[in-house]
Amino acid sequence: MTARSVAAIASLALCGTLACTNFYEIPIETPIQPKMDVSAFQRVLVAGFIGGGTDDVDANLETVRLLRSQLRSKSGLRVIEAEALPLAQIAAKQVQESNGTSATPSAEGSADGQPAPVQQLPGGDNQIRNEKDLERYQGIFADVEFWKRLGEEYQNPLIVTGTVLFTPHQSSGMVIEQRETYDQFGRRVVRPVRTYMERKGFILTPKFIFIDGRTGATLYSEQFREEVLYNVQTNTPALSSYFELMDKLIPSFLNALSTQKVRGTRILLK
Amino acid sequence: MNLRALLVIVALLSVAPIASARDARSEAKEQVEFGIKVAQNGLWKEAAYRWEKAVQLDPTYAAAWNNLAIAYEQQGDFEKAAKAYENAVKIDPDNLMIRQNYDLFKEINDRTKRRRDR
Repeated sequence: MTARSVAAIASLALCGTLACTNFYEIPIETPIQPKMDVSAFQRVLVAGFIGGGTDDVDANLETVRLLRSQLRSKSGLRVIEAEALPLAQIAAKQVQESNGTSATPSAEGSADGQPAPVQQLPGGDNQIRNEKDLERYQGIFADVEFWKRLGEEYQNPLIVTGTVLFTPHQSSGMVIEQRETYDQFGRRVVRPVRTYMERKGFILTPKFIFIDGRTGATLYSEQFREEVLYNVQTNTPALSSYFELMDKLIPSFLNALSTQKVRGTRILLK
Repeated sequence: MNLRALLVIVALLSVAPIASARDARSEAKEQVEFGIKVAQNGLWKEAAYRWEKAVQLDPTYAAAWNNLAIAYEQQGDFEKAAKAYENAVKIDPDNLMIRQNYDLFKEINDRTKRRRDR
C-alpha cells in the first residue's frame, strides 16, 4: 500500500468521524406534566385498597407499601405512616349495612387515631375474584363523608386509594419463539419459530383514586391493566409477578402527582 | 451605457436571489451548528434560540426544524415540537432520521394525550 492510499483512507476515516458527520445522537429527557395539581397538599395518605384476585398476594398491603415507598422517594409530598385500611372489609360492611341493618359506615378512629378494626365478613376480601365482585364495593369511593372524616383524622392530606385486582391467568396457543440453531459453518443463528405453547401468568388491574382529604371528593382516578405470561414450566412466585407488573405502572401513577421525565435519544442534524 | 455593462447588470440581477438564498442557508447552518454544540452541553434554551433563528433565516432547512423540535420536546412544549417535526417531515419526507425522531416523539405525545382524555 502506497503512502498516498494510506493518507486517502485516513482522511476518509477522519472525514467520516469528524468533518463529514452530519448527525449527532443526543440523550434527552422529555418532561411529562403532572395530571393533577397537588400544590394544595403537603402530605399524602395511601389509605388502603380493595384488593382481590389471588390469595397468594395481599394486594392491599403490598400496594400500600409499594406506593408509599415510591412517593417517599419520588414526590415532594410527605408520606403519612399509618396502618393500611382493610378497605374491602369496610366496604363489605357498608354494603351489608345498606342492605338491612341500621348502623352507618364509619371511619371513626380508636384512641390512637387509627380507624376502628372491622371484622372479616362473609363476602369480604377473600371473596373478590374478578371485576364483577369488585363492583359491589365501589360505592365506598363515592362516600364523601367517609373520606372527609378520614381526612380530618390526618389533617386533610391527599388520600390515595382504589382497587387492585391481581388474578392468575392461563393461555395456550401459537407463539413466536426465538430458536437457536447452528449452520453448516458452525455459526449460531437465531430464527423465529411458531410453536404451540401453554403459558400461565397474572393480570394486574389497579385503579388509583385520588381524594381530597378536605372535602372527601374524588380529584382524579385512573385504571390500568398489565399482564405477564410465562412458560408453564417456569415457576415464578406470584409476588415477583406482582412487582414486575407494578414496576410498569409506577411511572404513570407518579405522573398523576409530579412531573416525570421520559429518557430517550434523538438525532440532531446539521 | 454600453451593451457589455448592461449584460453584466442583468447577469448580476439574475444570480442575486440564488446568492442570497445560499447566504441564508450558510448563515442558518452556522446557527444550527452552534445550537448543536450548546445542546451537547445541556444548554437547551440557547440551542432552541439558535435553531429558531436558523428556521427564520431559512424556513426550508429541514435539519433546523428537526433540531428545533427536539429542543421543544426536551422543554416539554409538545405543541410546538409537533409543529416543528411536521415542518421537518414536510420538507424532507425521505429523511429516516427525522422520521425516527418524529415517531419516538409521537409515541410519548400520544401516551400523554390518551391520559389527558381519560
